[in-house]
Amino acid sequence: MAEVHLPTTEFEEADAAHGNQHGVTDEPNADAEPMVSLLSVEGELTRDETYSPYLDALSAEELLSFYSDMATVRRFDQEATALQRQGELAMWVPMTGQEGAQIGSGRASKPADYIFPTYREHGVALTRGLDLSLLLRQFRGVSNAGWDPRETNFHMYTLVLAAQTLHAVGYAMGMARDVAAGLAEAAATIAYFGDGASSEGDVHESMVFAASYQAPVVFFCQNNRWAISVPFEVQSKVPLVRRAGGYGFPGIRVDGNDVLAVYAVTQWALEHARSGKGPVLIEADTYRLGAHTTADDPTKYRDRAQEDAWRLKDPLLRLEKYLRSLGLADDEFFAKVSAVGDELAAHVRAAVVTMSAKDIGASFANVYATAHPLIAEESAWQRAYEASFADAEGVAE
Amino acid sequence: MTMAKAINAGLRATLANNPKSLLMGEDIGDLGGVYRVTEGLKKEFGAHRVMDTPLAESGIVGTAIGLALRGYQPICEIQFDGFVFPAFNQITTQLAKMHSRSEGNLHVPVVIRIPYGGGIGSIEHHSESPEALFAHTAGLRIITPSTPADAYWMIQQAVECPDPVIFFEPKRRYWLKGDVDTETAGQDPFTASVVRAGTDATVVAYGPLVPVALSAAEAAAADGHSVEVIDLRSLSPIDFDTIEASVKKTGRLIVAHEAPTFGGLGGEIAARISERCFYSLEAPAIRVGGFHMPYPIAKVEESYLPDIDRILEALERAFAY
Repeated sequence: MAEVHLPTTEFEEADAAHGNQHGVTDEPNADAEPMVSLLSVEGELTRDETYSPYLDALSAEELLSFYSDMATVRRFDQEATALQRQGELAMWVPMTGQEGAQIGSGRASKPADYIFPTYREHGVALTRGLDLSLLLRQFRGVSNAGWDPRETNFHMYTLVLAAQTLHAVGYAMGMARDVAAGLAEAAATIAYFGDGASSEGDVHESMVFAASYQAPVVFFCQNNRWAISVPFEVQSKVPLVRRAGGYGFPGIRVDGNDVLAVYAVTQWALEHARSGKGPVLIEADTYRLGAHTTADDPTKYRDRAQEDAWRLKDPLLRLEKYLRSLGLADDEFFAKVSAVGDELAAHVRAAVVTMSAKDIGASFANVYATAHPLIAEESAWQRAYEASFADAEGVAE
Repeated sequence: MTMAKAINAGLRATLANNPKSLLMGEDIGDLGGVYRVTEGLKKEFGAHRVMDTPLAESGIVGTAIGLALRGYQPICEIQFDGFVFPAFNQITTQLAKMHSRSEGNLHVPVVIRIPYGGGIGSIEHHSESPEALFAHTAGLRIITPSTPADAYWMIQQAVECPDPVIFFEPKRRYWLKGDVDTETAGQDPFTASVVRAGTDATVVAYGPLVPVALSAAEAAAADGHSVEVIDLRSLSPIDFDTIEASVKKTGRLIVAHEAPTFGGLGGEIAARISERCFYSLEAPAIRVGGFHMPYPIAKVEESYLPDIDRILEALERAFAY
């Protein structure tokens, strides 16, 4: 019987040799893959010919707001987790650790761009101006969405992995048509997905379609290393960014915990897409410091040492060091940011506990956009059924 | 005009009248589709409106959803019934639910054309009738024409509908000829039609089996039985009112479809009509359909597909009560 091959968590020597035979020249090890990183863990900024100009254009206020956005969404994430623990939410999907990737990419987008998130892009939601309390409607069970995407061009969360990547490509194809017809300014979509979803077929098909139609879409993969309990190495033997070459468009690997590098790289990618040159894949190297969801327990599948190593690369810490070194921020600033976060947390808490669902009549009403006899029949029956209890109670009293 | 030409004419009218409409599918451009339903449309409207897509069904439907969110009206062609399944996830978890989960804010008026059914001697995956799988999914509307005239109007009505519509085309009737009045707008596509009046039994059929049901009714008439035939036209919603009125008059119900009877639409119709017409029924509702097996090899499909005799046999059983 032939030996059964199981995916491993290591890049094996044998696989590396196999890869070389097929023209993969680099060591298939993520650490060896080039990565755009501008702000070091020590908070020192290096220059890059392509990407630094995007940072040169930032004002001191904007730089500070990158920090406050990251800190605010982290505070929000903590509050939502607490609300779940207190029984106010059925579940929460924490994003702590991924603030750099989310705030950096979200801040690079323009209002006319359209964002297709997964279900963890709370930081991107913040950059789009969404009232973050609305994110909790879905997790409280009072809505399957929570907001009208047309108001912020931030789409509803999609829970079926990777399905939204195709929607992002189709939407981008429509944008390009509108631009060609003189109906709209140049804009792009961003399709967010994770390292786990990268294995889904829809990611492949979305990249095929995007390349074929040169759609203005930026594929933004947050490689946070863990698909619930399964490490990245089970999903792919090579950094995901290399896949872009196979589809025929540029791929950029970026330090996802460097908010400035993410911002600059996403700016470049969005400009590339908006100018009609086609899609770009960004792989943001980051780490989910918390659990996949509040239903999961990371101590069962990963070492604390790995988490600790990533804590040293915290996106907030290094920007704080940088801002302090420039003299742009002092203790007072950070205290103010903290207070803003607390205010948001209080707002979210107050909003959540009063969130209630419409009755099932609204669920009937939204199945179809137009009148439907089965909906009419079943909703009428359901109303009469409910009413029969009310009558009975009335008699009893 | 044949049914294929009628759908072609309907699509042409849609493309001409609705600048946001566009066709997407595999081989629908220069080739005109494997059944030539889109023949000449790319030449007339351009590759921009009649798009040969990459060979990926999930990609076709998924990008169509995105285009619809941006305000376009995509009309997708799935090449064969058996190849819709790579797109099943996008259709059932995304397309069907987008309006509902957005609390009514978003519309995705995507139309998906699927040639379906057997009887053409084809190889596997080319002869299936998967309509019940979609009818079971709330949020979708499903229609299927049985005549060229209906085909011409119903495809246009499908595009005009703000809900997603799956348009099942009975592929063995693509060459069926009939008059098409392109001036008078067609009947509401979500209603059934009594296509032959009768007093003793009701046969409900749709798509490819409507001509079969009509022939069976003709044969039954020779034996002295007056059989009413209903062309369902819409599989979701189902026009139960029209069936109810008929069965209250005839007292007997036969439902015929190519799809397997187990878990099929015939069972749903039988159950609902039993509830509505219990005191009018002279016999239990009887289903005529495919067997519980993967669609069989072409050489035995004649033994699988409901035909005139199978419907007559069901009528005999109904009359025997």
